[in-house]
Amino acid sequence: MSARVFKARHAMGPIVRGRALVANDGFSARYDLDRIKGIFSRPAHKLAGQSYVGRILVLDTAKGGVATAWMLHEMKSRGIVPLAIVLNSVNPILAQGAALGDVAMLAGFEEDITAAVSNGAEVEVNPQESLLKVI
Amino acid sequence: MTAMKLNDEENDILAGKAGPVPKQALLHQIKVGEFFGASDFVLVTQAHIMADTESLGEAGVRWLEGLAATTEGQRRVRIPTITDPRGTDFANAGLLGQTSAMLDLERRTISAFEKLGVAMTNTCINYQTIQAPTRNEHAAFGDTGVVIYSNSVCGARSNFEGGPSALAAGLTGRTPRYGFHLPEQRHGTLRIKVDHTPTSLNGWGALGGVIGRIAGNYWAVPVVEGLEGAPKSDQLKHFGAAMASFGSIALFHLVGLTPEAGRLSDVAAAGLPLHRITKADVEALQRAYHTDDQVDVVVFSAPQLSLYELGDLAGLCDGRRFSVPLLAVTSPQVKPDSDRMGYTARIEAAGGSVLSGMCFYQSYAREISEARGWKRLATNSAKLVNILGGYGYRPMLASMESCVDAAVSGKLVRT
Repeated sequence: MSARVFKARHAMGPIVRGRALVANDGFSARYDLDRIKGIFSRPAHKLAGQSYVGRILVLDTAKGGVATAWMLHEMKSRGIVPLAIVLNSVNPILAQGAALGDVAMLAGFEEDITAAVSNGAEVEVNPQESLLKVI
Repeated sequence: MTAMKLNDEENDILAGKAGPVPKQALLHQIKVGEFFGASDFVLVTQAHIMADTESLGEAGVRWLEGLAATTEGQRRVRIPTITDPRGTDFANAGLLGQTSAMLDLERRTISAFEKLGVAMTNTCINYQTIQAPTRNEHAAFGDTGVVIYSNSVCGARSNFEGGPSALAAGLTGRTPRYGFHLPEQRHGTLRIKVDHTPTSLNGWGALGGVIGRIAGNYWAVPVVEGLEGAPKSDQLKHFGAAMASFGSIALFHLVGLTPEAGRLSDVAAAGLPLHRITKADVEALQRAYHTDDQVDVVVFSAPQLSLYELGDLAGLCDGRRFSVPLLAVTSPQVKPDSDRMGYTARIEAAGGSVLSGMCFYQSYAREISEARGWKRLATNSAKLVNILGGYGYRPMLASMESCVDAAVSGKLVRT
């Protein structure tokens, strides 16, 4: 079976491959995460209690404030960081954070990427070709 | 991906002629600019950096210290560059249960910023206390509340600039031209009709929160109709800060009120989706956060309080005696005036505390909760209740009057 491929309008960072953690919800490192434990901690978040470490996050949109611009770099220094972040809609803060932390990022698809990718799927994030591949 | 067009000065920076720090800054900006398809750079007049040490961590502080260790003459910002709240008020660190390690990190950060030429204003209300931007002024502001107020109420032009990017803008004097620097990005994308004009700050914040949830993402620009009268700066401060917090929104227009929206047609094309918001919608958001009747702590913060807010709070504190801690957080510019006017003394006489130069959620809120046993937190800030859930709190949104009553009795009355 061939891989399903999705083209992103925005792309940055290294090529990575891993398991997707998917939800139709937003993302902010300050608002949503316990960055010490490496889990989603905001009770209302659809991934509350789940570990994001080493996963390729596939979420709807960037939320919240500006802290994520620093936090991805800090999380990466401790190895408590997502492998990549894939969003329907990104904001400058997440892009700036990915740039500083060298975290792979894709954003902006023709379809709702949170509906197109199954939770737990094996995926490849290829920013050089602006592609998300479901293996 | 199209490469950004650089002018001679930018090519010189990229070639290292201004030293390694501006070069590194410009490379970061090009990475972000090309991600968003920016064609070139735009000059900015001022920058504002969010850099609390909870966000930076040891890694971020070392990164800053690395920049600051560069030769004098090759590391200083080239436009006025100021800071958002710090992660502590050194004079009140004990009250917050903060550790010496946290304070050491703060001191190292301040030292690094000072070597880079950054002015430590430590405020998220610089549009009220330092210098408000003017219409069409391009800036690089690094606090969502500052950006949305400056864009919407002042008519200035800024994206959300996180700490590394705001510092980069300070070091290069420019930022990639994308997002809200572009006139076409500033048009409304949805219309909001309200049937009720709030009067309290928590009501304005809750309305902003409802709109933020509906609008839903950074690129949405709500156009709001139906408000009565002329909102005050503090009201729009809470309105915008909550909208930015709940929805990641950076720009709104109020028809007939904000500078780009003299008429609906100035900002809204025909056929935009229309949403109606009732008083019940705003009250429902507030009620959703009223999850307990007991209160461990009362906090007024996010954004920092203006002198007028502190004056109102002082009036409510007269003749009262608090049974739970009450914290009021303001800027280093407002605090001396609060002291001189006697507001600080009146709040402290009731058992409250006035803190300066920090913001509650940017000050190791999780560790404060664990050190002090504070879980059930009452506030009049919609932004603060939206943030603190992730930090393990049970935040509750109420009026300033109800919050002060709760500080006296330890109970928050349902409204």
